[in-house]
Amino acid sequence: MKYHFKLLLSAGILAASMGIQTVQAAKTSITIALQLEPPHLDPTSAAAGAIDSVLYSNVFEGLTRFASDGAVIPGLAKSWEISGDGKEYIFHLNSSVTFHDGSTMDSSDVKFSLDRARAEDSTNAQKALFSGIENVEVLSSDKVKVTLASPNGSFLFNMAWGDAVIVAPETIGEIKTNPIGTGAFKFSNWVQGDKIELLRNDQYWGTPAHLESATFKFISDPSAAFSAMMAQDIDAFAGFPAPENLVQFEADNRFQVLVGNTEGETILSTNNKMPPLDNVKVRKAIAHAIDRQAIIDGAMFGYGTPIGTHFAPHNPDYVDLKANSNYDPELSKKLLSEAGFSEGFTTTLKLPPPSYARRGGEIIASQLRAVGIETEISNLEWAQWLEEVFRGKDYGLTIVSHTEPMDIGIYARPEYYFQYDSSEFQAVIEALNVESNTQKRSNLLKKAQRIISKDYVNGYLFELAFPTVANAKITGLWENAPTQATDLTDVKWTD
Amino acid sequence: MIRPSTSLQFGILFCLAPLAMATISFFWQPFDITELNISNRLKSVSLTHPFGTDHFGRDMLTMIMVGARTSIAVAFVAVGIGILIGVPLGLFAATCRGSIIDDGVMRFNDLVFAFPSLVIAILITAIAGPSAFNAIIAIGIFNIPVFARISRAAALSLWQREFILSAQVAGKTGFRISIEHILPNLMHILIVQATIQFSLGILAEAGLSYIGLGAQPPTPSWGRMLADAQTMVSLAPRLAIVPGIAIILTVLGLNLLGDGLRDALDPKLRGSIKK
Repeated sequence: MKYHFKLLLSAGILAASMGIQTVQAAKTSITIALQLEPPHLDPTSAAAGAIDSVLYSNVFEGLTRFASDGAVIPGLAKSWEISGDGKEYIFHLNSSVTFHDGSTMDSSDVKFSLDRARAEDSTNAQKALFSGIENVEVLSSDKVKVTLASPNGSFLFNMAWGDAVIVAPETIGEIKTNPIGTGAFKFSNWVQGDKIELLRNDQYWGTPAHLESATFKFISDPSAAFSAMMAQDIDAFAGFPAPENLVQFEADNRFQVLVGNTEGETILSTNNKMPPLDNVKVRKAIAHAIDRQAIIDGAMFGYGTPIGTHFAPHNPDYVDLKANSNYDPELSKKLLSEAGFSEGFTTTLKLPPPSYARRGGEIIASQLRAVGIETEISNLEWAQWLEEVFRGKDYGLTIVSHTEPMDIGIYARPEYYFQYDSSEFQAVIEALNVESNTQKRSNLLKKAQRIISKDYVNGYLFELAFPTVANAKITGLWENAPTQATDLTDVKWTD
Repeated sequence: MIRPSTSLQFGILFCLAPLAMATISFFWQPFDITELNISNRLKSVSLTHPFGTDHFGRDMLTMIMVGARTSIAVAFVAVGIGILIGVPLGLFAATCRGSIIDDGVMRFNDLVFAFPSLVIAILITAIAGPSAFNAIIAIGIFNIPVFARISRAAALSLWQREFILSAQVAGKTGFRISIEHILPNLMHILIVQATIQFSLGILAEAGLSYIGLGAQPPTPSWGRMLADAQTMVSLAPRLAIVPGIAIILTVLGLNLLGDGLRDALDPKLRGSIKK
């Protein structure tokens, strides 16, 4: 009896240990942390990038999509034809695409989604993406024709945004809490304030995901992020908020650190209507008073690429205009006295929570003080910042990262919070919007960059780096962030 | 003259250190901390920088010295508000003891006491905007009932004493008795309480600055130094240790000072009452 018991026990231990081993070898779930939690789950009705960070490409897909290098590749549309005048797009949809609720995705859903986004009463945050659409016509169940009012060279790019994903009319009512898309993962559960869980969609039309399930955790505090990662409570952190800790993760062979580029131009936003900042000489003086490298080193611990205009440096159309605003405090003082401020002046510097803003703000304040400009720093929470600065335009200077891709067009909007009003610039953007010739578009984009650089609309600081810290055994994570997304479709564990 | 107790000696020592640092910083600072020198950041402890440099390349010793100014100023003014409003209220209530005025004043104090002070301080600074001034007001308001209560309680027992009775018989008004006889005999209690409140004020200021509602940059503050160090603790622990020790020693010093002063000033121990 005793012997039997021992045998049983050892067999049990053996089985248990083998069980643990098999679980480890075939790990098919991931817990990935993000800093910001989405306010709700409808990417087509809010500006919050956190929604796309969870759902883009995982749950929702559009006609086209961004690849990890930023290129626009086919999504739900497998191919398209463009008419000679550039006004008509015929999209051929992938067949056998179904929504997570089992219904088929066909051209009527495309028509519904695009019509909904461009409707009068649409709450889409990027309505400009759809404004050129004149008509959407269903040709057959897998063919849809989109007619534009005028040729638009960036139409396919626009359709790749998270705001242009295809949704179904049957499930749109509950999209904010129960998003039903066509992606490789389906939404499972949302514990508000904590996590969102996704499960693999086994009926996926394309290459199925490797992972069976994924959990998005929301950790806003940088030091909590560090400890959660160190304790391996989470498998990865996309957009790690404390650049000062990256060195330690790099030195630890349990982890890998991916530092990618983003579309996030971090700028010293300037209120172009607030005296004395309405004087271009004053703005030029500010630009020359700023030492970008010191800000990148001091605020981001070296992670970031200096920029001289509002454009991503990895984009082929980028023009290096840093020379327009090189660090030259003497020139800055001279410009100030030419503008009639030899004694300097005082303005406000309102800082949102991210460390690039809080730390960068202290550094900029010290650099501006060196040329005689005093700044009153106030640290704001995001809600206050949106209220006072973004909507209220009650600020002199602020620091923020503009993470939308290809967003130079915001300078053509005089009501935008910079309050920059230049008919020359607006004409360039108007021409750009109707131009589909690649070479001409490139020239216009370069011209646009030069105008805002020579007008010193804002202080151009650096392109935000996108650090991802992950378990060393994970592959397939996006290194760069061409749009706000955490694409898990290709992520898997290796041994 | 009684030899000062050990706690009084240590209390004075610990309290003089930040006071001396703050005073010296007005005339001389080892380094200019308004100028950030990024290439010099996170330098370890050395002869030039006895506490090293922070993440902006500023000298930590200078930061602590100037930060002491903020802490002391906020705590001092906040305690001042408490004494200047609280003590007259308490004396007034004691003079009108038993009346509806006494009840009114003291119930109002109870009401203020019933609010969690730091949470209200957060509320005030959140509404009025974060600044050292608003932190002073927020901390000061909650010092009022402390001083009002303690001075009323002590004054009530003094009102029963014979020398007060003789003053009343001599025809002195309640106001004159409060000023000339009650207040001097309250002093020792008030001084001890003030040191305790001072230490709480320094903690409160550090707490408010830590969550970003106290002194705003570039004004250095011990609490904000701790907050800034938070994500860098594993990188350079001294960034948190140095301001942490400064806060601990100052608060400990004030508490020891309070204890020592109570022993030294207690009239029962000295056996004398000022008539």
